[in-house]
Amino acid sequence: MSRKPYIRSVSTTSWWTVQPRYIRYMAREVSCVLIGAYSAVVVIGLLRLAEGAAAWNAFLECLQKPTSIAFHLLALAFALYHTTTWFNVTPKAMPIQLGETQLPGGIIIGAHYAGWVVVSVVILFLVGV
Amino acid sequence: MSERQVELEILRYNPETDDEPSFQTFQVPCPEDWVVLDAINYVKDNLDRSLSYRWSCHMAVCGSCGMMINGEPTLSCKSFLRDLPDKIRIEPLANFPIERDLVVVMDDFMNKLGSVKPYLIPSEQKAVENGSYLQSPAQLKKFKQYTLCINCTLCYAACPQYAHNEGFVGPAALALAHRYNLDSRDVGRSARQDVVASNEGIWECSFVGACSDVCPEHVDPAGAIQQTKIASTLDYFLDLLPGRNQ
Repeated sequence: MSRKPYIRSVSTTSWWTVQPRYIRYMAREVSCVLIGAYSAVVVIGLLRLAEGAAAWNAFLECLQKPTSIAFHLLALAFALYHTTTWFNVTPKAMPIQLGETQLPGGIIIGAHYAGWVVVSVVILFLVGV
Repeated sequence: MSERQVELEILRYNPETDDEPSFQTFQVPCPEDWVVLDAINYVKDNLDRSLSYRWSCHMAVCGSCGMMINGEPTLSCKSFLRDLPDKIRIEPLANFPIERDLVVVMDDFMNKLGSVKPYLIPSEQKAVENGSYLQSPAQLKKFKQYTLCINCTLCYAACPQYAHNEGFVGPAALALAHRYNLDSRDVGRSARQDVVASNEGIWECSFVGACSDVCPEHVDPAGAIQQTKIASTLDYFLDLLPGRNQ
């Protein structure tokens, strides 16, 4: 008997729609696009600031448009998703063993959230909020 | 014991007569405590003796009976019918060629597993009469989780990277490489790095994490791969230090 293995094709465009975990993965990956776009907005803001008061005020006015607010809310949502999903997998990538016991993952995740709060408070303090 | 009627939709493929696989449906009366493997055995024993599939231990140890159950890579001996709907779709493990019915060709996995040298490489070989290689409980703890792999290849069936890049060494082989790299008795890490830290090794993984989700032994291959990435990145920067490569 001769062998004739059958190879099933896999869609290169819709593979990620067949499983919820693949959709969550793609959402995490796509989040970098929105974070990148937000970074571009910040850079543009700095350039406008360098051009003087009129340019800066025009930039601020532009930020208050409904489309701008919608974009920022969407970018915030994806940034939070990006951050929390990565924080939550840190115990996998950076497990800590103390003697014969493993440090609980919740402590490693919690330390990241605590660091996030500390950095946020420092930044808010520096900008005078 | 109460029974319920379950409809099994099984993907069949006979390489001698078929050009492509097709589904065949079987009605199976199932007691409440059956797993999917029991229902498939019922089909084999009572309805169609030509059905081909792998199984052995019926207790999630041998790793032979992995298949796609309603689209999810699962050990059929560990998948209780009471947790599944009345209609169950059963297919061979995804991402592997089908040999016949539910039997897949595992040659690619076996070759990749061998390529990472998944065995102890001690600094000096000792004859058995010279005693064992000693290890403390804390040293064992570092890698024990990764010794639990039963080579069932569910992780390969779940991995979209493996689905699209057949060169990818894959989750189980990389997790086992990590297991030996972490072993205090082993000095074979540099011998494994050519494969493990290659473009088709750890760097092909984008941390979907599906491998760890479906692993029946909670080996967490995704975690092993990320830890290997960190160790390899550290190697890269340490190699930049003056005098390191002399």
